[in-house]
Amino acid sequence: MTVDTVIFFISAAVAAFGATMMIAQRNPVASVLYMILSLVAQAVCYVQLGALFIGAVLVIVYAGAIMVLFLFVIMLLNLRGSEDLGGPSTPVSLTTKLLVPVLLVAELVFIVRSAFTEAASTGIMAAPEAGFGEVASVARLLLTRYLYPFELTGILLLVAIVGAVVMARRERGDEAGGTGVGVSASDRTPTGGSD
Amino acid sequence: MLEMIISSSVQVVVVILVVLFGCAYSTWLERKVLGHLQHRMGPTFAGPFGLLQPVSDGLKLIFKEDIVPDSVERLTYTLAPIVSFVPALLTFAVIPYSAEFSFFGLEFKGVISDLNIGVLWVFAVTSLGVYGIILAGWSSGSKYSLMGGLRSSAQMISYELSYGLSIVGVIIFANTFSMTELVAKQASDSILFFENWYILKQPLGFLLYLTCAIAETNRAPFDLPEAESELVGGYHTEYSSMRFSTFFIGEYANMLAVACVGATIFLGGWNGPFFLSFVPAVVWFLIKVFLFMFFYIWLRATFPRFRYDQLMRFGWLVLFPLAILNILVTGLFVLL
Repeated sequence: MTVDTVIFFISAAVAAFGATMMIAQRNPVASVLYMILSLVAQAVCYVQLGALFIGAVLVIVYAGAIMVLFLFVIMLLNLRGSEDLGGPSTPVSLTTKLLVPVLLVAELVFIVRSAFTEAASTGIMAAPEAGFGEVASVARLLLTRYLYPFELTGILLLVAIVGAVVMARRERGDEAGGTGVGVSASDRTPTGGSD
Repeated sequence: MLEMIISSSVQVVVVILVVLFGCAYSTWLERKVLGHLQHRMGPTFAGPFGLLQPVSDGLKLIFKEDIVPDSVERLTYTLAPIVSFVPALLTFAVIPYSAEFSFFGLEFKGVISDLNIGVLWVFAVTSLGVYGIILAGWSSGSKYSLMGGLRSSAQMISYELSYGLSIVGVIIFANTFSMTELVAKQASDSILFFENWYILKQPLGFLLYLTCAIAETNRAPFDLPEAESELVGGYHTEYSSMRFSTFFIGEYANMLAVACVGATIFLGGWNGPFFLSFVPAVVWFLIKVFLFMFFYIWLRATFPRFRYDQLMRFGWLVLFPLAILNILVTGLFVLL
């Protein structure tokens, strides 16, 4: 076993631990922190597999931006872990709770099995080609072979942004304050005067 | 293998020591320069020119009582100063401070890790630094801290976008994410030793970087998270003793980090004029870093603090569109 393999398995274990602890916490901030731990550990896994770019982007986008927003919202609502966030299960939520994990596990088993049985034909287990995981090779694939999915994702995100702006604007007329980020609140009532 | 491990360990230790020393003496520099800019003397009593002031400050902070308020969340409260300090140190792992050299028979590469995604590494660890401030604000259980934490997280998220985009122009020109290659591409043998520096090709990008870097490090005039007149101490109101000084060192380490990154990306890194090649490369690097630090202190003495809504509007409606425009123009220029 090389050092790389050891580091890979340690970070994989940390990632799994963080993900488990995330759902086992009652305190939402602790959940977010464990999720960040899990994400950073996953990034290390990617780096150990040679996908440097994916690892870096995982940290920048998820750990560095999206989770900050999660934390931000939790702080705005000032949840400190004492609130009971869930009521008793309804039949619908119980069915979903049971069904979704079963489906996910089935999917996982299918992928892992196919990786081993069809390794020769799909090349999943084959050694990566030169330049694998570097920015240039990822970009080349994104802008040639996967151009349509890439552009469609971009349009989807654009729609989501427009939707978010529209929803935020509607709230603006209803009530002052609300949960808007500082800008919108202070935009309406400029404090004026000198600083 | 063993030699490599020894030489990188030596580099890591030396770089950490230099950064900590730099943080301590940045506080001295700041007080001295601010003093003179305001027609005062600055620190004078501790040692010649007040040079021992950081030592005395450090000793004072160590021996202060460590007060932990009752209403804090213990774990996150303890974690927060560490989280704000460590990412700042990690940035220095990819900063090339010199050319390759050998010392006592050991080969040194002049950079701790020559990562081929060095620029992305910088952004990744910088983006983690905000957690320290958010967690400190949240876990302190005090209104001032919470307001400071909220303000700073909104500010850092907003400016991080423009901060990242301001460098994309350079990346388009240089065609690489590696810090050492960026430095190599800015080298020049001509009498105009600065002809290849990216500050000349990317003047707008440099200005954007400079502005966003100040906002990212929460320095004046963007130091809203710790606006004394409104928020007492901001996110670190409830911290004392070494916990407070960890935040303090973290802030200066962050300043040094953005100064080093800026010097590497825009000012040619350790490249100096060829006719002064007897001066070690690391000296040129330190001079450029010093220029950045001096500029920060100068700004602090010159500009009043922004109001919060002005700050957010400036980030989103001025800096962000300018950064996008810069990328578009650079892309077109390279294509045509």
